[in-house]
Amino acid sequence: MESTNQPAAADAQATAHRQPPLAYDARSELVLHVNGTPYTLTLDHRTTVLDALREHLGLTGAKKGCDHGQCGACTVLVDGRRANSCLLLAVAQDGRRITTIEGLAHGNDGADGERLHPLQEAFLERDALQCGYCTPGQICSAVGVLTEAADGFPSHVTPYTAASGAPMELTPDEIRERMSGNLCRCGAYPRIVEAVGDARDAGGAES
Amino acid sequence: MKPFGYLRAGSVEEAVRAGADHPGARYLGGGTNLVDLMKLGVEQPPLLIDVGRLPLDRIEERPDGGLRIGALVRNSELAAAAPVRDRYPALSQAVLAGASGQLRNTATTGGNLLQRTRCTYFQDTSKPCNKREPGTGCPAREGAHRDLAVIGHSEHCVATQPSDMAVALAALDATVHLHGPEGEREVPVTEFHRLPGDRPERDTVLRPGELITAIELPPARAAAHSCFRKARDRASFAFALVSVAAVLEVRDGAIQYAALAFGGLAHRPWRARAAEEVLVGAPATQGTFGRAADAELTAARPLPENGFKVPLARNLTVGVLADLAARD
Repeated sequence: MESTNQPAAADAQATAHRQPPLAYDARSELVLHVNGTPYTLTLDHRTTVLDALREHLGLTGAKKGCDHGQCGACTVLVDGRRANSCLLLAVAQDGRRITTIEGLAHGNDGADGERLHPLQEAFLERDALQCGYCTPGQICSAVGVLTEAADGFPSHVTPYTAASGAPMELTPDEIRERMSGNLCRCGAYPRIVEAVGDARDAGGAES
Repeated sequence: MKPFGYLRAGSVEEAVRAGADHPGARYLGGGTNLVDLMKLGVEQPPLLIDVGRLPLDRIEERPDGGLRIGALVRNSELAAAAPVRDRYPALSQAVLAGASGQLRNTATTGGNLLQRTRCTYFQDTSKPCNKREPGTGCPAREGAHRDLAVIGHSEHCVATQPSDMAVALAALDATVHLHGPEGEREVPVTEFHRLPGDRPERDTVLRPGELITAIELPPARAAAHSCFRKARDRASFAFALVSVAAVLEVRDGAIQYAALAFGGLAHRPWRARAAEEVLVGAPATQGTFGRAADAELTAARPLPENGFKVPLARNLTVGVLADLAARD
């Protein structure tokens, strides 16, 4: 399949006088700071952050569900904001700080420790899962939700009269809307909403 | 996915020069649509020019009272920005009606405007598609087209433009700022996306190598209200069946100013000039709102499976305008 979506004729005209395309390197060296540890990797440009985590760093907490940004199972935090790691090319995230489910708990070494994150505690307490496949993505997404609400990010269900800039109150409707990028085939949604509400009450955004 | 080269641009000039020198290269912003299309084989660029770290991530006040939004402002930051929420609520609401929290944190303003259609034939390389592969035909006309265009489409393509943000920008008279090999230029957002005609492979009027650097909003009308409303199959995280962005200013019961744009109906955000003509000067009543919607939608030519979009667009319009009129 050779076709692209460029206007081919205009393209050819505009570039007729220029050099033929160069051969491009297909790999680059890059650094990802994952859960506080810098990793230097040489990766094919096609490698997503999700594949770098799972296949190159052995961190299999983030899951490959749809691989198209629709299910949220791959959700991680990039520089503190949640993102679908399946749609992030690792080479473009060079130098970024990435937090995965493995990095949420705290211990003496600062990672993979004994003290669970309030959201992990809340998911356990509320039994907010059945098979657990979507859970790492749900929890990382919820961590992002708490931070976004504290930072005054509105959502689709926020009333237009709400003051801009002020922290957002995470009602159950707000939690449902903000978590809509994370699917759960087991249908644990009611408990997930309760668990995120518990973490909100515990001040989860500051942890 | 095919192997590709990667170049991180250090300046707009460097990016544009690379774009001009490397035919078929693509600019990478957030990548939420482009990377997905590369996985699907729809896009096969030999080179990605990463513009994600260019200093285009600011929202700035303009001397005339307008707002300049850098092309790399993330969708979530755009929707949360106080000047956007306070003065252009339709824009904030449109951005928040699209995608998911994760995607909005990654997707950029410029990239949002350049989203490709979600027509299933376009996204499936085993199927013909005039947009993806000119001349191969359009199976959507006879096939699955429930989500596709009812107005402004052609025999070659019935795709819809997917961005909610673009619909609000069309109603707000925003301008797209471009930087290309031949220099800089500005295009009104209402003229940025094309109708398909016999060249459906071209979504926009973007020239080869051109890069979106900013979106500029004119000053908001102090006495007007604006909002965005979207009808979709799910309550959240779904593309529009129909959406409406509206700006309305009413004084003493009469409409002083109206701007209206539809999403989900066409190959571009559909600015409803015929409806606006009916609205301005008329009393702000349900009857006026219905007549305005009808004036615009009389040009609709729905396909067998998407005729429902026409009354849906009418009802959304009447509802949105009635709500805006009631705010004074």
